Amino acid sequence: MKVQILFFASLRERTGQKSMEHEISPGTTAADLLEQLRRDLPAMTSAGRISLAVNEEYCEPTQELHDGDEIALIPPVSGGQ
Amino acid sequence: MIRLTDEPIRVDDLMSATADPAAGATVLFVGMTRDNNEGRNVDRLEYEAYPGMAERELERIADEASKRWPVAKIAIVHRIGVVPIGEASVAISASSGHRGDAFEAARFTIDRLKEVVPIWKKEFFEGGAVWIGDQAGKEGIWKNEGDLPSE
Repeated sequence: MKVQILFFASLRERTGQKSMEHEISPGTTAADLLEQLRRDLPAMTSAGRISLAVNEEYCEPTQELHDGDEIALIPPVSGGQ
Repeated sequence: MIRLTDEPIRVDDLMSATADPAAGATVLFVGMTRDNNEGRNVDRLEYEAYPGMAERELERIADEASKRWPVAKIAIVHRIGVVPIGEASVAISASSGHRGDAFEAARFTIDRLKEVVPIWKKEFFEGGAVWIGDQAGKEGIWKNEGDLPSE
């Protein structure tokens, strides 16, 4: 199964890309994917807090991913007081 | 009116969009780019969004505010790209029958926007640049968990 991964802001700069295709095995959850990426992408091992959105919705860690899903890695949003 | 724009925000447009004959109050909040942050002299700010999701989350916040307060109309515009110092980066207008509800709805909208909407801010200062919030810890926002405020 293939998913599309989107990188934004600091993650886009760290990885040097806006998006990439990624192969996952059936049953992979959002939390599994994040763990894999943190392990496999050198640029991400030192990245801070990351949230995931699947097809433009924040997801739960246990959410299973499907072929063709668009997964956005979301570093902390703009904040400010 | 809910949108992202790469052009200067015209607050009159938000006022017009939230005009309503039944509204006795309109609260307009405008977030401005500031020339200093945490002791640094800031040159400019740059905003990046996840289009689609950002607009969807903004719509959701406006809906939520409309459910919680008797709001007539809500408008939200966020600027994307480079924003020079002293210009509006975000504007929110909320109209309601009475001022209390308009203030509450506008306050809720900007607070929630900064918590959940996928828009990032990069600060350029003398000698460097930093993505705001990037230094935070390892725990992310997961839907239905405590980190994502439920209200």
